[in-house]
Amino acid sequence: MKNNILEINNLKVFPNLKSRLKLVKNISLRLKKGKTTCIVGESGSGKSLTALSVMQLLSSQLSMSGSIVFEGINLLTLSKEEIRKRRGKDIAMIFQEPMTSLNPVLTIGYQIQEAISVHESLNKVKLNNRVLKLLKTVGIPVDRINSYPDELSGGQRQRVMIAMAISCSPKLLIADEPTTALDVTVQAQILDLLNDLKLKFEMTMLFITHDFGVVEDIADDVAVMFQGEIVEQGSVANVLKKPQHPYTRALLDCVPDAYGKKDLKPIDYAVLKELMG
Amino acid sequence: MEILLEAKNLSKKYVKTTGFFTRTKTVIKALDNVSVSIKKGITLAVVGESGSGKSTLAKSLIRLIDIDKGSIIFRNKNMRTINGDTLKSIRKNIQMIFQDPYASLNPRMKILKIMEEPLKVHKLGDSKYQYSKILSMIKRVGLVEADLLKYPHQFSGGQRQRIGIARALILEPELVICDEPVSALDVSVQAQIIKLLKSLQKEFGLTFLFITHDLRIVRHIANEVIVMKDGKLIEQGKTDIIFNNPKTNYTKELLASIPGNLSKRK
Repeated sequence: MKNNILEINNLKVFPNLKSRLKLVKNISLRLKKGKTTCIVGESGSGKSLTALSVMQLLSSQLSMSGSIVFEGINLLTLSKEEIRKRRGKDIAMIFQEPMTSLNPVLTIGYQIQEAISVHESLNKVKLNNRVLKLLKTVGIPVDRINSYPDELSGGQRQRVMIAMAISCSPKLLIADEPTTALDVTVQAQILDLLNDLKLKFEMTMLFITHDFGVVEDIADDVAVMFQGEIVEQGSVANVLKKPQHPYTRALLDCVPDAYGKKDLKPIDYAVLKELMG
Repeated sequence: MEILLEAKNLSKKYVKTTGFFTRTKTVIKALDNVSVSIKKGITLAVVGESGSGKSTLAKSLIRLIDIDKGSIIFRNKNMRTINGDTLKSIRKNIQMIFQDPYASLNPRMKILKIMEEPLKVHKLGDSKYQYSKILSMIKRVGLVEADLLKYPHQFSGGQRQRIGIARALILEPELVICDEPVSALDVSVQAQIIKLLKSLQKEFGLTFLFITHDLRIVRHIANEVIVMKDGKLIEQGKTDIIFNNPKTNYTKELLASIPGNLSKRK
């Protein structure tokens, strides 16, 4: 399919020493160009492992099989050097806790420059202009260019991470719970920013979250993961409004809504097991 | 309606020293003239973003931290002036449930010992009575007798929160302060714990002060809400009224920021 920028086929992730134990079990996922696909699931469902597999950032204790095809090339067959060239340029990633991803002893301006210099050689003036432009794009006052990470708020730090991630105009942005550690009002701002950037740069996004409210806000398509498998996938409207799989239905029944109208129903795992066969 | 706890004009300042050489001092008002009254048998939610002072408020109510100004009256006793045994007996009536139960359960104690401690501190009954009380409470929160001989690390996050709840309720408190009790849990576990808290409230006639940043949970659990920002009380009232008809811009912004409300922001 030409419209798919990334195709994950039969991906399995397992520990090197215990290959029978599958942490991600045979999942297949297509990312449509220019769309946001959310992977939603509870802790331990394998959603982060799936994201890390695409970036090939899995722990050395883990192996994977299957294929991950990005623009017609199977990433799993590439050498480390070829992967490194794509990582950060074609495919970029942002994480949950921006403070742990930023170097506390370097200014944010320097760190954004570094992200660019890995992939492009620009002279000092051009580099500086590029950084200023990026800061404006993500909504950080340009006079903050010489600030250190600890001088910024959590939301601003996440904006810096986003600036670094989009610095080389990636085609695919992977976001692993980027707003989970943020206050709700800041979360809303960051989601709005990511939505705007997606449209502006025609980026494709793979967005990992555990929050169905966030899914509703940001996703075009959604894949629900449970115990290492994708149990249901489709457009947001279909999956959230007309869930087909018993687990999706049960999980949606646990999510409190903003109207207080529905009763929360904890998952009855015995019933779920029966329904899933 | 009977008022269980009445706090008036609470203020608490922290002095923060910044700068290695210059030592500039900035005063942070964690609580700025906050008054709260908690009615018996209801759930009062305190919402606010990080740094709004919601946890400072909770801790000051049971004197885990001392406030600078104001009065706290619980059952006709002034919490700020009592000491020793009177304070101890009042604290028996006000218990706390924390966000991360693992951090509040001693990793070297078996669950039985963890549950025994509050009963021993308050010298309630002989060991036979204590054991039967612990057993019925641990069963009530959905665990089994064999769990009493396990250590905290042997439990999942949701089970640990159940233990935290059992320990808080073993002294039969009137007021339970819940500080983000479900924030660290998966939604499916969160739904279980909320259901458990609601049924326990009914059974024991508990009053909850429920601190959270998640407005969706407020809507499901609270009768009344207090909105806090920068140590100030911004708005208070019945949950339905605050959600349907927020008065202040800040509350409006908070409500619009609830995930799943994108259409309302645009």
